[in-house]
Amino acid sequence: MKVHLSHPTRDVVIQGPKRVAEIFKELNLLPEAFLIIRGQDLITEDETVADGDSIEIRPVISGG
Amino acid sequence: MRCRKCPKRAVLGLPRHNTAFCGDCLTEFVRTQVQRAIKTQQMFSPEDRILVAVSGGKDSLTLWEILLKLGYRVDALYVDLGIPGYSSRSKEKVVQFAKMVAEPCGSRLTIHTVEEDAGAGIKELANLIKRPTCSACGTIKRYQFNRVAWQNHYNVMATGHNLDDEAARLLGNVLQWQEEYLQKQSPSLPASVEGFAKKVKPLYRMTEREIAAYAVVNRIDYLVEECPMAKGAKMLVFKDALNRLEAESPGTKQRFYWGFLDRQEKSSSVAPSMSQIDQTTLQPCTVCSQPTTAGTCSFCRMMVRAKTAVK
Ligand code: SF4
Ligand SMILES: [Zn+2]
Ligand SMILES: [Zn+2]
Repeated sequence: MKVHLSHPTRDVVIQGPKRVAEIFKELNLLPEAFLIIRGQDLITEDETVADGDSIEIRPVISGG
Repeated sequence: MRCRKCPKRAVLGLPRHNTAFCGDCLTEFVRTQVQRAIKTQQMFSPEDRILVAVSGGKDSLTLWEILLKLGYRVDALYVDLGIPGYSSRSKEKVVQFAKMVAEPCGSRLTIHTVEEDAGAGIKELANLIKRPTCSACGTIKRYQFNRVAWQNHYNVMATGHNLDDEAARLLGNVLQWQEEYLQKQSPSLPASVEGFAKKVKPLYRMTEREIAAYAVVNRIDYLVEECPMAKGAKMLVFKDALNRLEAESPGTKQRFYWGFLDRQEKSSSVAPSMSQIDQTTLQPCTVCSQPTTAGTCSFCRMMVRAKTAVK
């Protein structure tokens, strides 16, 4: 699957299918600091992302 | 995961409330929480005229949208800081939102351009007067927000500060025992002497993640990119630390900040209120006549320094 990340903007490829919670662990990210977006929709941590999917892991924490 | 209120698929888990919501129920939950914040902190009523400071980010655009949806009389101010790239991208988001969402509801956007007013963007100005960009920026944004509110007779000024912002700031202030700042950390500060409107933070009950989720669900097109000056900001370290605690024990952030507010409320009957303190220490600036503690306000002093540096 393709995973889009920000700050800095980059794309990484991860082997799927995988649950969102596992993706967070693999990338060493805190779920409280991100949203997961597939297409235009938010998905929760228990959902499984297929190998052919593209998702965005969007940071929600701002510095201001 | 299913929504806890209806049979639909959940879009967001909220561990701190031990629940999960679909898009519609999340929208309702967030609006209800904001309305509760407005009521319990006596922020404003439907008669008040509210000015919200918008940056193009998720918090301020979401705040503008929610206040419109709740039926309040709200307009917005955007300050164009003149930061190459970032400022034009954030302005585009704000202008687009104004056109598509706000103007059809009769709400107006005012744009203040720092470069037109001061002859230089924020980075150049900060260099001229040898101050960190963010501190010069803070002075300018505060000043313009006050000025526009005052000149256009808004009686309430609203900002998009959320639970994470306030908890992180509280942590910073407590670590340094900054008692005078602690006093000002209320989500609703009363109007003081003439020239300062009431200042409120209607999103203080919502986490950043809940606000971002609301924005995505309601198709609020905000700028995900951060101001390039914000990198390495101390606030991010505090927010990260709090989110680690939150992961171990959901609800930590709200217990920390709301608990502080409860304590503050209990002790406020003895201590002088903020407005009493302001009344005794603020006078009109000798140059621009906005209220200040210093004779000439920090904005006017900054502008004088910038002009002499140019000569
Ligand atoms: S990060 Fe600094 S320069 Fe950028 S908007 Fe915030 S205060 Fe201004
Ligand atoms: Zn629902
Ligand atoms: Zn002044």
